[in-house]
Amino acid sequence: MMDAMDRKIRVLIAKPGLDGHDRGAKVVARALRDAGMEVIYTGLRQTPEMIVSAALQEDVDAIGLSILSGAHMHYFKEVKRLLDEQGASDILLFGGGIIPDEDVPKLKEIGVAAVFGPGTLTQDIVEFLRREVPRRRARAGL
Amino acid sequence: MRKKHDWMRETYQESLKRMPERRIAHRTLSNIAPEPLYTPEDLEGFDYQKRLGYPGEYPYTRGVYGSMYRSKLWTMRMFAGFGTAEQTNERFKKLLAAGQTGLSVAFDLPTLMGYDSDHPLSKGEVGKCGVAVSSLADMEVLFEGINLEEVTTSMTINSPANAIWAMYLALAKKKGYDWKKLGGTIQNDILKEFIAQKEFIYPPEPSVKLVIDTFEWGPKNVPRWNFISVSGYHIREAGATAVQELAFTLADGFAYVEAAMERGLAIDYFAPRISFFFDVHNDFFEEIAKFRAARRIWATEMKERYGAQNPRSWMLRTHAQTAGVSLTAQQPLNNVVRVAVQALAAVLGGTNSLHTDAYDEALALPTEESAKIALRTQQILAYESGVTHTIDPLAGSYYVEWLTDKVEEEARNYIAAIRKMGEGTPYPTLYGVIRGIENGYFQREIADASYRFQQEVESGERIIVGVNAYQDEEAPEVPILLIDPEVERVQAERLARVRRERDEARVREALEGLRKAAVSGQNTMPHFVEAALAYATLGEMMDVLRKVYGVYEEPVMV
Repeated sequence: MMDAMDRKIRVLIAKPGLDGHDRGAKVVARALRDAGMEVIYTGLRQTPEMIVSAALQEDVDAIGLSILSGAHMHYFKEVKRLLDEQGASDILLFGGGIIPDEDVPKLKEIGVAAVFGPGTLTQDIVEFLRREVPRRRARAGL
Repeated sequence: MRKKHDWMRETYQESLKRMPERRIAHRTLSNIAPEPLYTPEDLEGFDYQKRLGYPGEYPYTRGVYGSMYRSKLWTMRMFAGFGTAEQTNERFKKLLAAGQTGLSVAFDLPTLMGYDSDHPLSKGEVGKCGVAVSSLADMEVLFEGINLEEVTTSMTINSPANAIWAMYLALAKKKGYDWKKLGGTIQNDILKEFIAQKEFIYPPEPSVKLVIDTFEWGPKNVPRWNFISVSGYHIREAGATAVQELAFTLADGFAYVEAAMERGLAIDYFAPRISFFFDVHNDFFEEIAKFRAARRIWATEMKERYGAQNPRSWMLRTHAQTAGVSLTAQQPLNNVVRVAVQALAAVLGGTNSLHTDAYDEALALPTEESAKIALRTQQILAYESGVTHTIDPLAGSYYVEWLTDKVEEEARNYIAAIRKMGEGTPYPTLYGVIRGIENGYFQREIADASYRFQQEVESGERIIVGVNAYQDEEAPEVPILLIDPEVERVQAERLARVRRERDEARVREALEGLRKAAVSGQNTMPHFVEAALAYATLGEMMDVLRKVYGVYEEPVMV
């Protein structure tokens, strides 16, 4: 039997809301895939309900939200609230986009594990997931 | 004359032995690999009259106007919009007072997607990346105290373009302005929405039908209005190269021309009012080459392929905007320099209008201060740099002419491939573009180019100052624009008042007229204007068409 800790990392990359800027989301999705992870990309215009339901259905370790429209506080809060409500608080929530520095602590406070702004190297996101996902799995007893 | 390859062998190679080439990508952003040197040999047989001609004359490579910036500088048109109509109106007045010469409206996402501010899907997005306009009442506030016959107004609106333009025209009518004197632009380029920006509502074919309604209705009703701005900007920002941006934008332009011809319109009736909008990125000479090649390709195709006879139909008039995607969140003040270099390329490329990005745009919407510095950058180029004395000053540069030809050749290859996808139809560019959208051709091309660029940055083959080289430990504090959370409430209240006070019977009648026009394939524009005058909301108008045309979902791909 394969060791649970060796299972491939599964990540959902999602575009919540009305924002159509998908360059970053697609680059990140490809880079994670090239790094050997299993990546599900939702496509555009997802509601928080659609995102959380896809995450549960696909049994992912992490959700990455990409938001460039300025509506990040609203969408991260909603996704986090729904994850908690579904008993899926162990799913790692991270994100990126045009997010002002002063909003980052507020996002971390509601449970967003990391925020990757413009200029982030995709390698940093890969490393973050390789470090954090096994910790989460261990904590959740997976 | 001594040959270039002799110099390469005897001098250049010898020089490399002592000092090898630096280990960076000696390739343009479009992956063109220029040689170390260009000489008259590279332009052998170059036909000046055919390839360049004179400014203001076919094929317009050197500029669309005879006297260019010696007579009239480019229009300094700064894109602005946030929060409520009141707040954006205040910003407009400040920009006009600071010497800006045209207005340009940024709408929020709900407006761009055809939802009213109080729609459930608008939650969290109202006023965030532009101003919210849900009805004529918002439009009235947005242009309060501004003389619509004196300014020209550009509106970045696409799927709901007919409705938003109708609201502007309804406002002008109510205020007693003459439509014949109104000048401005609606972006109204739905094809690039499917290709890149993704703010589409209806499927491609009815979406193009709505665009062609403006081609048919515009010239006789609002003759000084550009009813389309065929846009490469968003294609580039989504990750395309300069060559892809040029090719896909011109293909879109030809697609609209063909769609209007399919409607039975005469080319010289509508083509003079087609305008363009290009990005201007970091690769200085490639950008200049792109603008020059764009004018030449458009002119020759319009004349030779489509048979346009009015010289105004041959002229590619364009707005340009510096590349938001090139701005860095790291060391944001460096962006002032990037924007200046890009703006200079746009001017040397002969743009007719320009927006310069503010240095804080990788962080948030611009503050008043950062937007002003961006405008001042244009004014310094215009009044202090001396680049406006002579028209198309880089013409004849061995490199610039070689690169202009190269960019044209590669763009033409793409256009040929797109037309091949539409082979067997009477309008191969139109149906080639639509098929390319539906089968994901454009999206794939752009995603590949953008991923390749990211890999070059990560490998260090491309240097971005402050990002993968010369990083700072400490991030400076930058003041940013915060959007008042009250916007959503203010908007909801105004909408409620509009719905309470308007003549419901007139609204219902206007919306029914719109529905009938859509179902029967009649021109929708007169019905949009009537609905706007009746204070029908944007969401109501768009919903009528959602029921008739359905909504579109794109194929998901990475």
